[in-house]
Amino acid sequence: MVSSSPSRPRQFAGLFAKAAPAVMSVGLLLVAWELYANYSGIKPTILPAPSRVFEQAMLNREALIDNAIPTIRATLIGFACSLGAAFALSMLVDFFQPLRRALFPVFIVSQTLPLVAIAPLVVLWFGFGLMPKVMLVALVTFFPMLVALVQGYEATEVEIGQMLRAMGAGRWRIFMLARLPSALLYFFAGLRISITYAVVGAIFAEYAGAAKGLGIYMLNAKNNFRPDLVLAAVGVSAALTLILFGLTALLQRLAMPWERIGRQPAGQGR
Amino acid sequence: MSRLELRHVRKAFGGLDVLGDISLSVGAGEFVSILGPSGAGKSTLFQLLTGAEHGEGEMLFDGMPLDDHGRHFAFMPQRDALMPWRRILDNTTLGLEVQGVKRKAARARVAPLFAEFGLAGFERHFPAQLSGGMRQRAALLRTVVQERDMLLLDEPFGALDALTRAAMQRWLEQMWRHHRWTALLITHDVREAVFLSDRIYVLSARPARVLREIRVPLPRPRDPSAAQQAGAVEAEILDILLNPQPSKGHDHD
Repeated sequence: MVSSSPSRPRQFAGLFAKAAPAVMSVGLLLVAWELYANYSGIKPTILPAPSRVFEQAMLNREALIDNAIPTIRATLIGFACSLGAAFALSMLVDFFQPLRRALFPVFIVSQTLPLVAIAPLVVLWFGFGLMPKVMLVALVTFFPMLVALVQGYEATEVEIGQMLRAMGAGRWRIFMLARLPSALLYFFAGLRISITYAVVGAIFAEYAGAAKGLGIYMLNAKNNFRPDLVLAAVGVSAALTLILFGLTALLQRLAMPWERIGRQPAGQGR
Repeated sequence: MSRLELRHVRKAFGGLDVLGDISLSVGAGEFVSILGPSGAGKSTLFQLLTGAEHGEGEMLFDGMPLDDHGRHFAFMPQRDALMPWRRILDNTTLGLEVQGVKRKAARARVAPLFAEFGLAGFERHFPAQLSGGMRQRAALLRTVVQERDMLLLDEPFGALDALTRAAMQRWLEQMWRHHRWTALLITHDVREAVFLSDRIYVLSARPARVLREIRVPLPRPRDPSAAQQAGAVEAEILDILLNPQPSKGHDHD
């Protein structure tokens, strides 16, 4: 039947070969930074060496974890809300095309709002709790998801639609059988883009005012002249984004097996 | 006797006449082809039949006017329209699923046909894993298993390479002899039309009209021994297509 995927060790070897250039370039950058910070005479309160950032991150790991948790929570809840809203609206737009012309300008304007200006306002209106963070995360991730989904529905092969109609399928059936699965590739492309915005959105909201979170942690560290701790928090948020990005890639592999298996032709002749 | 009958069917899109005046009929168990130049509106005819578009004139099935409720046709579109995310088995059950047949029952109905369609062992494969010919056979399987009164085939082999196409034509002719489907085929391939059909309607360029109705005199099974006779019919059709009678000041190229 279907040829099995390559064996585990070979898979890891392939992964390593793919990751090697990225690891090397990042490593080189860190080495250069380390050398510059140590030998140029620059003060660690201006530019700390990566080794110092790492050391301080380890020393302050409890505080960092403590502050990362609210950020993760805001990111995930905000992103979930945004996904739900994007799904609901994309379906509405798909079924009632005129809505698209009515709504899209509003959403485009929402994307032009400078976060620096909006974040403090949202905090002012909704307080220091979870709510404003969730809203900001949703604001920055909603539109890319909506556009991805609507475009994905429209990428449905015309002939599949014609065939389903000839089979007697109604609009809802066609949507479920053809338009939704056709949008998957676009959905995951949108997911990868907006998940990277999501963490930044949450940190921005916290920066504008929060009891706890990576954003407020960065602000406090900066005010205490501790750039090493600012950078440690930046490292945590970067790691967080990378993990979420990796998760979406994994999810895509699981959700779209045909993209992987389909690449290995098995049919012979005619 | 004739199952499908069209009388003076016309269709215009925004002032552009696509179908000029089409009258044709298809009898029970008959394989009929519509042959015409590209862009002559042949596919539009199928859109009228499947209810995707509405035109003027009369369309009768078994003497009754066609409406959207009577679903008489199983439609096979150009290219295979297989869903890349469904395994071959689930692609072939699609029509039954839409009809409301339970998945298990649909699979049970489709499974025995895989061998006959040369797809045995590929039930669990995704379409991307199959060759062009196999994909077309899967698409045809999906079409015939719906057990509708009539097959509508819209240039089903148009996207295949020449060798695969020839193999598929032979295979389809042989399948048709076993099953005697009532079928209407759209094509612009003269040889394909002659090889497969009992009758051929030759259409003009847009606005499409029936230039000639040709009864193919070849015996079945269609085999290479009748090649000379087939060649004569093909030549006659080509002549009609390339030198149409001048009509209503319309120029042809």
